[in-house]
Amino acid sequence: MFDDLRDLYQEVIFDHNRNPRNFHVMQDADRKVEGFNPLCGDRLTLFLKMDGDKITDASFQGSGCAISTASVSLMTEIIKGKTEAEAEDLFSKFHEMTTGKSKEINLEAIGKLAVLAGVREYPARVKCATLAWHTLDAAIKNEQDSISTE
Amino acid sequence: MTTFPIEKIRADFPILQEKIRNKPLVYLDNAASCQKPQQVIDSIVHCYSHEYANVHRGVHTLSVKATDRYEGAREKVKDFINAQSTKEIVFVRGATEAINLIAQTFGKSNIKAGDEILITAMEHHSNIVPWQMLCAETGAILKVAPINLQGELIYAEFEKLITDKTRLVSVVHMSNALGTVNPVEKIIAAAKAKNIPVLLDGAQAIPHMAVDVQALDCDFYVFSGHKLYAPSGIGVMYGKQALLEAMPPYQGGGDMIRKVTFEETEYNALPYKFEAGTPSIADVIGLGAAIDYLNDIGMDNIAAYEAELLNYATVKAKQIKGLRLIGEAQEKGAILSFVLDKIHPHDIGTMLDSLGIAIRAGHHCAMPVMDFFEVPATARASFAMYNTKEEVDVLINGIESLIEIFG
Ligand SMILES: Cc1ncc(COP(=O)(O)O)c(C=O)c1O
Repeated sequence: MFDDLRDLYQEVIFDHNRNPRNFHVMQDADRKVEGFNPLCGDRLTLFLKMDGDKITDASFQGSGCAISTASVSLMTEIIKGKTEAEAEDLFSKFHEMTTGKSKEINLEAIGKLAVLAGVREYPARVKCATLAWHTLDAAIKNEQDSISTE
Repeated sequence: MTTFPIEKIRADFPILQEKIRNKPLVYLDNAASCQKPQQVIDSIVHCYSHEYANVHRGVHTLSVKATDRYEGAREKVKDFINAQSTKEIVFVRGATEAINLIAQTFGKSNIKAGDEILITAMEHHSNIVPWQMLCAETGAILKVAPINLQGELIYAEFEKLITDKTRLVSVVHMSNALGTVNPVEKIIAAAKAKNIPVLLDGAQAIPHMAVDVQALDCDFYVFSGHKLYAPSGIGVMYGKQALLEAMPPYQGGGDMIRKVTFEETEYNALPYKFEAGTPSIADVIGLGAAIDYLNDIGMDNIAAYEAELLNYATVKAKQIKGLRLIGEAQEKGAILSFVLDKIHPHDIGTMLDSLGIAIRAGHHCAMPVMDFFEVPATARASFAMYNTKEEVDVLINGIESLIEIFG
């Protein structure tokens, strides 16, 4: 019945929506940043554990649509072990993919995140996919906004 | 009641023939804006093709014709809401501009520090923010009457909030987020007992029921054309003549003046005092055509037809497991706001769209209502006179199928 939507709602997305990964409060987080999409009311809190400029752990809390939940869930998986610079690089590749700026999807660089490429065809939903990454970007850039638990 | 001419009505709305994602369009976002019948479209084309010029200015034939049409539409609006005089019908951009106009003119000249403005917890942002702005400027206080879990105004609480300091009661006639129709007769009677003027936000009510401003005895009634099968960019502020006479103008410019020198300006008579600048001429004429169209069908017939449609949809929706209706007022217009267990309204919106069904997913410019029901957003199917039970079935099937695939 929803054949047209197969590109947008891939099975991986349903899976992450049903069972989001790293979905918990991180008591000893080094950075904690809130992301908010006023258009749809989606809210998420991103927690990062850092070792120098390396992200050693990531988790989140919040509620959102399937696209945004899957996006943040996948993101917390993929950024673990990455440096800030590597994470930012991934963000820009992800951004290019979801906004359709680059038609080619560099599977090697983007890995599992490719399942979110379908939002390109749904301009109203791009923000759902990118909210997680904008929140991460804020966590990396705006250290003064982040809460240190130390 | 003779049978409702649903087939004829549907045939009058060309957009209903459109295919969306290869499926027949099922348009259920009427509370946001509704579609236009050919008669309205034709009236605009006719205006620009044959009768267009600026109004109130020229001695030439076309300007006289355009002015006649424009003022003829004002007459139609007057009759449609049963105002006493066309002086009480002011054309504005929409409900939002009307409320801002009232806040900036009536509000600024009558409301001072410590005074109270009373609204309800189910208002659209356009009946909240202009008053907050006025309160910030004047030091007045905004009071909010609460609602219950059915989405109804708690009238006893509302009544208690009418005090000696209340200078204006401004309430929504029918809520866009919940469908609730407020007990406006009671509200107005209670306010009148204390000589407090009442503004009704009729943006949602106007396409669904007959409105008689004299029978209601409200002081202001505002609505937008685009929710009444008329063009966007045009709306109406009705105000009782005595109140409008006493109010200062809103914007300055052409048309709203009688005489201008550099020393002083004499303002024009009603309603022109509030209509500075060249108005949206063709759209006003389109509004007149929409009113003609509705009068032919009859607002009471429309109300009866839509009540049946809403009832049908409500019964069906309640049978869906995991569906929670937001807004179950006794008195309700044709709006079905709902949430689904574990499925976000935006996913519902995208899924239904792929089936050709247009609904709204979001906060409906009523964030306080969302907070009250503790949901970030709702999905909302809002009906118009051209919707059918078959379309309700398509919606219900769509919801059931999407629940299935979300699993
Ligand atoms: C109850 C209510 N009031 C006011 C408005 C504002 O109308 P407009 O945006 O046409 O000015 C709306 C529109 O959604 C509404 O539903």
